[in-house]
This record gives sequence, structure tokens and C-alpha cells, in this order.
Amino acid sequence: MIKHFLRLEWKQYFRSPYWEKSIGVKILMGFFALYFIGMFTLMGLALYPGLKKFFPEQDPLTIVNQAIFYWVIGDLMMRFFLQKLPVMSVKPLLVLPVKRNKIVNYVLMKSVFSFFNFLPLFAVIPFGVTLLVKGYDASMVWSWMGVLFLFTHSINQLNFTIDHLLAKTEMSFLPLIGTLGILAGLNHYEIISFSGLLANGINGVINNPIYLLVLVLILVGLYLINFKNLKGKLFIDSAVKVKTKDAKTSDYTWTRRFGDMAPFMQLDLKLIMRNKRTKSTMFMMIIGLVYGLFFYPQPMYREMEFMFAFIGIFSTGFFLINFGQFIPAWDSNYYKMLMSQNFKYERYLESKFVLMSISVVILFVLGIPYVFFGWKILLVHFAAMIYNIGVNSHIIMYGGSFNRKKINLDQKAAFNYQGTGAVQWLIGIPLMVLPMGLFGLINWLVNFEVAVTVLISLGFLGIAFHQKIMKAITNKYLSSKYKMIHAFDQEN
Amino acid sequence: MIQTIELSKKYGQAEVLKIDSLEIPKGQSFGLVGNNGAGKTTYFNLLLDLIRPTTGSISNNDITVNQSEDWKTFTGSFIDESFLIGYLTPQEYFEFIGDLRGMNKADVNTYLSDFKEFFNGEILEKKKYLRDLSKGNQKKAGIVAAMMGNPEVIILDEPFANLDPTTQIRLKKILKTLTENREVTVLISSHDLSHVTEVCERIVVLDKGIVVKDIQRSAETLKELESYFSV
Repeated sequence: MIKHFLRLEWKQYFRSPYWEKSIGVKILMGFFALYFIGMFTLMGLALYPGLKKFFPEQDPLTIVNQAIFYWVIGDLMMRFFLQKLPVMSVKPLLVLPVKRNKIVNYVLMKSVFSFFNFLPLFAVIPFGVTLLVKGYDASMVWSWMGVLFLFTHSINQLNFTIDHLLAKTEMSFLPLIGTLGILAGLNHYEIISFSGLLANGINGVINNPIYLLVLVLILVGLYLINFKNLKGKLFIDSAVKVKTKDAKTSDYTWTRRFGDMAPFMQLDLKLIMRNKRTKSTMFMMIIGLVYGLFFYPQPMYREMEFMFAFIGIFSTGFFLINFGQFIPAWDSNYYKMLMSQNFKYERYLESKFVLMSISVVILFVLGIPYVFFGWKILLVHFAAMIYNIGVNSHIIMYGGSFNRKKINLDQKAAFNYQGTGAVQWLIGIPLMVLPMGLFGLINWLVNFEVAVTVLISLGFLGIAFHQKIMKAITNKYLSSKYKMIHAFDQEN
Repeated sequence: MIQTIELSKKYGQAEVLKIDSLEIPKGQSFGLVGNNGAGKTTYFNLLLDLIRPTTGSISNNDITVNQSEDWKTFTGSFIDESFLIGYLTPQEYFEFIGDLRGMNKADVNTYLSDFKEFFNGEILEKKKYLRDLSKGNQKKAGIVAAMMGNPEVIILDEPFANLDPTTQIRLKKILKTLTENREVTVLISSHDLSHVTEVCERIVVLDKGIVVKDIQRSAETLKELESYFSV
């Protein structure tokens, strides 16, 4: 039976047109995986000598055990956002003579082989081996590795339990972040020392390996809970059919002032507000906005003026980049219909341009408090705003005409590469690297004022030739019409 | 109204459609029948300029569809659910399409009031997005949207599929009144021979992309079609 399931998965994976077309993305993911594996292995190797060097008084193993609590929290958080419960398309299987228990067991067992469960081993094993070499008691080291192995898998199961509990709420990550934040806070201010408690527990286990059984029982318990939860979901009315909420109607009457662009602007606003993928993009905008706070508080970066340009482009253009790169794939689900309607394609693109420009201005205004770190920063951000409106908006819309991938609006955005092709990666270069390089170069060769002026002038130049550029871009879109219709018809 | 000349569509070596000549006069109710893969949807997609013909062309009211977009002003269509915008409520969807077809909100509401019976209280009053409606109700919304803005040509692919019996009967009534005064040309495709013979005055049978029968409806049409397909 398992053989059949595996064969189905294999076919689902390799027969999706997405795979066939975009090996590039897969290679990139592969590189990420290798990178993390390398980092973890390095950490495992360097941990013992490093701790010995900085804390010669203390036992490295004890220090590591103290930190396990933070690892648990971090791992749980990372999994919650990145790891998906490996669901199979169960609907066709429900009516076939397959026991429900078997399906559930298979789905859960599959998660055991997730990358996230192997990653910690790359750090744990080298560290354990170092401990053995340094003459720690073998049974102690082995049970320590056993503890971490069981922890990893318990976190894996716990993640699904939490996912099940929170799946019903809209902003499901808020309660989780809140709870974990409170736990970490209590621990940090030593109101309740969870890390101490956990470390004592681990020490207890490794001195008395028989207690490993308790951890095994916890793991089995979590597995059974997930088993029960998942089995309850294996009915088409719960697992397959998503529950529906009452629809809200909204008018956005203020868009009326944009004349014949209004219908498209309303459509885009509704698109953004009513779909999972776009909504999570909106949430990420907050990150884009505060991006500068990672750099500006450090005097080191305040010396590097070319960074201002990069951060300015990124934080004022966050919506532009994230929304713009998927024009017109946002409308891929009903692109055929749009193409049989009577409207000027230019107006359709123009409405997206206006929307992006408005977002750039709003993000600039919200970012005005950056002036706190110096007027130069605000000035560069202003120049970046003009540059975004005049140059980047056009570049990104031109790049959009190469979009050939359908987007499923019901999926989360973070680490969702659906709809991403090589173009989306390449377009980042002219979008962000180019203005940063240009600004940096002129700032270095001439001076700061000229560099700002150049960015602003380029922006205004783009705005001045807006009509002409739009015409060219529109033609590019229209000439790809059939290819787009065909591509958007394919399921990923 | 609609002229097809030397039209063919090939995917690689396989020729999926080949129509040497087909003329549909203004005001005709035209039905396209055929088994799966006969080329019905391909023909409609070509007519709407959603795919490119390999050879030949179709003109709609003397406008060659893949050369000018002017036919869009007087052509309404519903091919499948991908014509719907899932995250809109039906009301918003009608308003959006109405906007593109030059109707204001009041026009849209007047237009929709004629379809109260057809909707049967399942479209406008329910607080649901289009993506959450059943297949049949989605189809109802799509068909009504296709007829917005007084189009002269209406193209419906499989309009009867997924509809409940009551709605099927109501749809037939609507389609008949549309062509009554010979202003509107209606093109539908269907697998249901009795529906098609009831609604359409002319029926063309496609088989593997080729026109094999072109019949003006008479009392014997249904029998003729049934005997053709019962091989």
C-alpha cells in the first residue's frame, strides 16, 4: 500500500508543469539546504572548542543544555511558518478500499522524513562525537544525543498539533508568537527559569538513561493526538472543502476619481484584502517598513551612505516589488475572461501603476521617522521614492510581461515560490542593485548632493516619459497574450 | 454575423479543428454538438481570440477577431468557471463586468432584477464569494454576466451542464426570448441533444474537428441526431 502512496507522490511531484519548467527554483532551494547543512555542521564542530575558549570555567555540555530551551522555541517558530503538514490529495482515496488509519499513518510518517528533522542532527552528531573524544562518559553522550533526537521529533509532532489548534483562526500566528514570547520573556527575566528547568531535566535523563522512556512516551502521545485530529479531518466536508465565511461587500468609492481605471483598482484592492497570499504579503510590509531599523541604529552602517539608497528603495518599494513582480499573474485565474472583455489594456496596467505609486508614497511617509537617524537618510529615501515611481515601477511591469506562471491565491506567501521564475530573481538586480551602485559610485566620485540629484532626476525622467513607456510595455503584454492565456490555464 | 473561413487549429501534428467555411447569420440561434474532443470549445476559444488559429480566420460582424479587438464591445461569453473572479461576491462581479460594458450601478441593478426568477434566491442574497458557490450557481452567475450590456453575440459553452432541472427550463426560456426578434445571435454548445434541439434553430455536428452535419431544425431533428450518435 505504502508503495502505491509513494508512487502517487512521485508522479504528483514530477508531473506538475511547475517542476518541468522551473528547475532553477529547485536548484536554488537545494543550495539553501546545503548552506544550512554546512552551517549546522560547522556549528556542531566549533561549539565545544568555542565554548571552552570563552567560558573555560564551565562545562560546555552544561552551557549547551541551558540553551536548549531557546532552541526549542526557535525551532517551533520556524517550523510553524515554514513546514507544512504533508497532506496528500486524499479526496480520491477516500472512496477506495484503503483503511483511513493507513492514510493517516502514512501522512504522519512522511513528516518524520522532513528536512527539518534532519537538520539538527548535523549539529548534534559532531558535537556528540567531540564530547566522546574529550572523554565524556559514552552512555551519557549517547543518551544526550537520544534526548535531542526525541526532542526534534516531538517538536515536529507538536507543530502539527498547534497547527491543528490554530488553523481555524485568521491570524493564526499571533497566539503562538504571543505564547512563545511570554515564555521566553519569563525565562529571560528569570521569573521562571525554563531553561534551567529544562537543563536539569536533560541532566537527569542523561545520568539515568531509563528516563528516555518518558520522552518516548511524550512523542507517542503527541503522535496519537495528531492521529486522532487528522483522522477526524478525513471527510470531504472538513478536510477538502474549506469552510466559508460571510462575504463582506466593500465599495472603495474613493477610487471613482480615477475614472476608467476605477474598476481595476477596486478589483486589485479586493484581491489584496480577500486572499490569503496577498494578505500575508501585506503583513510582510511591516517588515519592509522597519527594515531600516536593522541597520540605522548601528553607527557602522550610518557611515556607509550607499546603504541608504538600498534601504530606501527596499522600504519604500516593498509593496511595489512584492505586488509588481506578479503582474499579471495575480489575475491568472480569470485572465481568459479579462481577455474577452472590452477594455483598454493600457488602463489595466495604468491602474496597477497608480496603485503601486500610491503605496510607495505611503511607505515613504510612514518612514519619515527615520529622520531621527539623520536628515541625509530622509533625503535619500525621498530620492528612492521618486526613483521607485519613475523607474522601478516601469521595470517591474516590463518584467511582468514574462510571467508565465499561475498563482493560487489561497496559499500563504512566506516562502511560497509559486509563480516565481528566473525573471523574478533577475529583476531584483536592476531594481535594487543598480540604484544602489549608481548612488554609491556618484557619492564616491562626486558628492552626496549630486548622487541624490541623479536618483531624483532619473525618477522624474521616467515620470515624464510615462505615457510612452507604458505604450511600449502594453504592446509587450499584448504580444504575449496567447502564451499567457495558455500558461495560466495550467495547474501547478 | 459570424464567418469562418479556412479555419484550422493544430497542436503539433494533431489537427483538432478544421472548418472550411461556416457562416452564422445575424439573429440565429446556433447549436454545436459533438462528442468529447470534437472541437467545440476550441472553436469558441478561437472565436474569442483566446487561442491563435493555425490557418484561416473568423470574423465577427466583419471584424477579424485576431486583428482587431472591436468585436469585444458587442460580444458576451461564458466558457467555464475561469471566467469568474472567485474573490468577488456575485453582486460585485456583475458591477465589475457592467463597468467594463458601460453600465452604471443602477443599470446593473435594473438588469439583475430581470433575473430574480433565474437566480432563485441563491446568488444575490447569499453572503458568499463566487469561489464558495456551487458549480451550478457559479454557472448561473457566469451566464447572466455574459448577457450584460446588450451584446449582439452571446457565446455559451455547455450552459446546461451542472444546472438543476428548473434552471435548465428557465434558461431555455431566456435563450428563446433573446433570439425572438432576430437581433441577438446566440451560440451554444451542448452534450444534451434534446436541449439543443429545443433552443437552437440550426445545429452543427462536429466530429474530430470536422463539420459532419449542418441541420436546420425540424420535427425530425432530435431523432436524426440520436440515430447519428447511437453508434
